[in-house]
Amino acid sequence: MSDQNDKILEQARQFIEAIPHSRALGMQMDEIRPGCATLSMPYDTRFVGDPRTGVIHGGAVSALMDTCAGAAVMSHPQAGASTATLDLRIDYMRPATPGQRITARAECYHVTRSVAFVRATTHDEDAERPVATATGAFTVSRPEKPKSEGQA
Amino acid sequence: MSRPKPEPVQQVKQRRDGALKMLVEGIPYAQFLGIGFDRRGDELTGVLSYDDKLIGNPMLPAIHGGVTAAFLEVTAIIELSWSYLWDDIEAGRIDFDALTPESLPRLPKTIDFTVDYLRSGLPRDAYARARVNRSGRRYASVHVEAWQDNRTRIFAQATGHFLMPARDDTSANG
Repeated sequence: MSDQNDKILEQARQFIEAIPHSRALGMQMDEIRPGCATLSMPYDTRFVGDPRTGVIHGGAVSALMDTCAGAAVMSHPQAGASTATLDLRIDYMRPATPGQRITARAECYHVTRSVAFVRATTHDEDAERPVATATGAFTVSRPEKPKSEGQA
Repeated sequence: MSRPKPEPVQQVKQRRDGALKMLVEGIPYAQFLGIGFDRRGDELTGVLSYDDKLIGNPMLPAIHGGVTAAFLEVTAIIELSWSYLWDDIEAGRIDFDALTPESLPRLPKTIDFTVDYLRSGLPRDAYARARVNRSGRRYASVHVEAWQDNRTRIFAQATGHFLMPARDDTSANG
């Protein structure tokens, strides 16, 4: 079982690290365990939403949380190897402090045969005060049916 | 009963396009993603030009859900700002030629944003249009839809709530 878990976690890590957009944003996987993932991303002036304040755009925070939530689903032993977002709601609590790294932590807290439910929180270098939170529903991939003897 | 002479069309276009350009170019992240806007009168269409760096699932391939969310959010904010600034732009109260991104009018802030993913985003250009359903003094609610090949086949939609910038009431006479 532990070997199986290790395999799932390694697959999830490889998948996340191969995503072109995650690489474009400089995302890094900090931790992955069954049903939980932590991803972070550096501050970059190209991701700014308001040049007057230098605050990062909400869309960049969304991208980090969507990826992190997807990683949490893929690392869950019951959710299957691939997933897609069905819906994602993001609440913005406060602007992320310019110049600071942002970190998202997501937990896949319930999985049915068809849907995985996830919640996520993002903070900057002040881990006590969240920048944004999210809740989402993700697809669960069906295990491939074992082929019967007669089929090629 | 004398009507004012209509403004030369070039002057109208220059003012509106200048205002839109300043709004959009003021958002570095929109530039990073390759988001532009088409304008027909006051109607805006967001255009997300395809690039390989927008891919989220290389196996399918499909546009990253975070890119879709950001595209919808940028379109919602630009539409809301555009409708909120329209009267000032038309009355020539904002001199966009003299503005720098740093002195732009304040933009609305996102309170929450809910994205509904209907189908996967294909590796090609995407378009989005937003509708301001309610815009009060403090809060606004905006709905936005995105499509690719067919206008009726929406691949994602979203609703967001926004905090409006404080109106400068000192210039108003009641």
